[in-house]
Amino acid sequence: MANCQHCGLDVPEDSVAGEGFCCQGCQAAYEIVNGLGLESYYRRRCLDPDEQALKPENDNLSRDFSAYVKNEDDGVSVLNLMVGGLHCAACVWLIENVLTQMPGVTFARLNMTTRRLVVKWRRTETDAEQVTNRVAALGYRLAPFDPALLQVESARHERQLLISLAVSGFAAGNVMLLSISVWSGEGGDMGPMTRSFFHWLSALFALPVTAYAGRHFFTSALSVLRHGRTNMDVPISLALILTSGMSLFETMKGAEQVYFDSVLTLLFFLLIGRYLDQRARGRARNVAERLLALGASAVTILGDDGTKTLVPSQNVRPGMMVLAAAGDKIAVDGVIVSGTSEIDRSLISGETLPVPVGIGDKVEAGAHNLSAALQINVVAAGEDTLLASIVRTMEDAEQTKSRYVALADRIAKLYAPAVHSLALIAFTGWMLAGMPWQESLLIASAVLIITCPCALALAVPVVQVVASGRLFSSGILLKTGSALERLASANKVVFDKTGTLTLGRPELVDEGGFSPDDVNFRLAASMAVSSRHPLSQALVRAAPETPVAEGVVEIPGRGLSLQMPEGEVRLGRREWCGVEEASPVTGPELWLARPLKPPVRFSFRDTLREDAEQVVLALKTKDLDPELLSGDRGPAVESVAEKLGIDTWKAEALPVDKTDRLEELNGQGVRPLMVGDGLNDAPALVAAWVSMSPSSAADISQNAADIVFQGNRLNAVVETIDVAKRAESLVRQNIGLSLLYNSVTIPLAMAGYVTPLVAAIAMSTSSLAVIVNALRLTRRKHREYA
Amino acid sequence: MDSLLFLIPIALLLGGLALAAFLWSLKSGQFDDMEGEANRILFNDDEPQQTRGNNKDREET
Repeated sequence: MANCQHCGLDVPEDSVAGEGFCCQGCQAAYEIVNGLGLESYYRRRCLDPDEQALKPENDNLSRDFSAYVKNEDDGVSVLNLMVGGLHCAACVWLIENVLTQMPGVTFARLNMTTRRLVVKWRRTETDAEQVTNRVAALGYRLAPFDPALLQVESARHERQLLISLAVSGFAAGNVMLLSISVWSGEGGDMGPMTRSFFHWLSALFALPVTAYAGRHFFTSALSVLRHGRTNMDVPISLALILTSGMSLFETMKGAEQVYFDSVLTLLFFLLIGRYLDQRARGRARNVAERLLALGASAVTILGDDGTKTLVPSQNVRPGMMVLAAAGDKIAVDGVIVSGTSEIDRSLISGETLPVPVGIGDKVEAGAHNLSAALQINVVAAGEDTLLASIVRTMEDAEQTKSRYVALADRIAKLYAPAVHSLALIAFTGWMLAGMPWQESLLIASAVLIITCPCALALAVPVVQVVASGRLFSSGILLKTGSALERLASANKVVFDKTGTLTLGRPELVDEGGFSPDDVNFRLAASMAVSSRHPLSQALVRAAPETPVAEGVVEIPGRGLSLQMPEGEVRLGRREWCGVEEASPVTGPELWLARPLKPPVRFSFRDTLREDAEQVVLALKTKDLDPELLSGDRGPAVESVAEKLGIDTWKAEALPVDKTDRLEELNGQGVRPLMVGDGLNDAPALVAAWVSMSPSSAADISQNAADIVFQGNRLNAVVETIDVAKRAESLVRQNIGLSLLYNSVTIPLAMAGYVTPLVAAIAMSTSSLAVIVNALRLTRRKHREYA
Repeated sequence: MDSLLFLIPIALLLGGLALAAFLWSLKSGQFDDMEGEANRILFNDDEPQQTRGNNKDREET
């Protein structure tokens, strides 16, 4: 079977589009690209199998981005967009070129790392609709975003850290150069005047740079001290301040030894760790944000005069009229004022059966509108919306989580007092032994410097960075800093069913009632081709080569109808097809009614993720007892549990039941990992010890989860646990290493043997040892269980 | 030791230049997109009609 020339997918044999194309959208896209002389795109690109295919959507819904356009004074408009479906750098090139060749477009630039596109055009010549339609016609998905709302704070902080890093690196290098001259001049070549001059020069660099680049540690230390707690930044800040002050004092005295180089190298190493940590988390958050922005459909508001505007969902106010097209996610709580359709509430309740709705029915945000457009009147937002109640439950659950103290901070709590009392002992000890107080103080600050937790402060973040980088490359995003630590100690896995263990989309079940050649089956499939209803699409997936039946009429909320010579053929709900059979509805189903023939049933089931069974098995061998908590009905849950071999399961669980169960587990001292995707899972995700969510999950669940994984493989759960365990053992090794180093150097420092040269060497080697050890995590090849 | 009087300023000047160059490149947005720019140069060689924005625009990307 040939591949489509544009999107690369298989071309169906009965394709209505021209030769070599799977659909007309792809053909049109190909023509646009060729018409602009950009056909070399197809030679240069490499398609990423994990990325969504470049298949333009065939709906003629033009999206109105005008609410996001910024109009500048000089007649130029600016629009910021998130782009989905980028495969490689060639796509960036294509989009930029297609846009800049449009009349009126003055600027188009796409950042490949953040996937953000900035377009500028002259208002007199073109508008937002033409610009965005052009890109959408190529098969890319666009989502507007407000750059002011997106993590500006963390981006600014990251940049500040990088500047501090550069400044401290510069100062450390130069001061070290001066120090080496002093050390090599110890033999007697260097006079006291020159030495003193070098020390003053060092001070000139070290003091302002420490004040500037060290402020990240000082502010953090101050803020925890104010709350009566302590963290790693407290001993760091103390060592930095004391040593700089001491060295300045010694310089004024014209003494032989100063520690300015140690202060700066220490600062430099610490900032490297801090910066990498910030960047890794920023990157994961960026991707998480992009997924959310592309997933969240902006809301179409229907004005009094019938105009349609697209607004971000947070701008929707009660009383507004919202339009939800077939296939759209409903973004508001409201009452239907016009239209009948079916909605899929699986993200809200976990129930897989579509529910028919009509005028006057209530719908909730997060439901999926399946068959026909609905007009929804937004009801009073506030405390009684479903979303608000879920958020409340989440806030209650939040308190359990904030109790967790990161390993590094737990160590800092013991470490800081120990170090400070050692320094005090050294000081008083030497004083009692009859040494002048200045020299005793110098020894005490040498103890502080040598014990300053440089390696200790790097031990955790470096491993975190390496681990999150590795997970990032397999599409797993770590959103919270302590998630890996918590995951490593989890000893139970609680799954949601719909959308987590299963794909959350129906597939045709072969009950032996039909074969691919069956007349009924072929007829049903050929009718289903013209519908976007998920059940119809499932039917088509089961019979991919079916020709399209002409003249099919879709009756929203009921089904499809086709006039044939023998009479009307119906495909749809059982009532509509005249089925009076009393057999219970066990799952999603479609009926085919032909004149004078008994109706035929097609049943569907939400299929399990391909690797669900292996994942459950792998978890069991790791002694992580899996459990199933679902909002779906008993029989459906039971059959899944049985198939996967999960012994503990509970069906028809409300959001509160889920959190209760997790609280109960927490109370028993069990530390559960919760994996879920639905709105109804969000509180449970927060209540759990640690949580994961697929990127297909509801927005609120993705926000609540500690870890978000992309793609269809559930194996991400096992992979993350493996990496977390490895990371945990590396962290322990690293902490062991730095404690070992301290146990050797502290006695030396207390005995007064540590000169600035010794301090510089010891500190650098211990930091390097820790970093090299952490890098082993990238080298080790992941053991695939399958 | 007289040589120190000009060697040290030279060393500091060179180091300072490097630092200034880095801060400038950071400020002009050269570190904003680490993946895209590396590829951009490979794609643009035969595309003279491509219009480029100036530096000021680039900062906002």
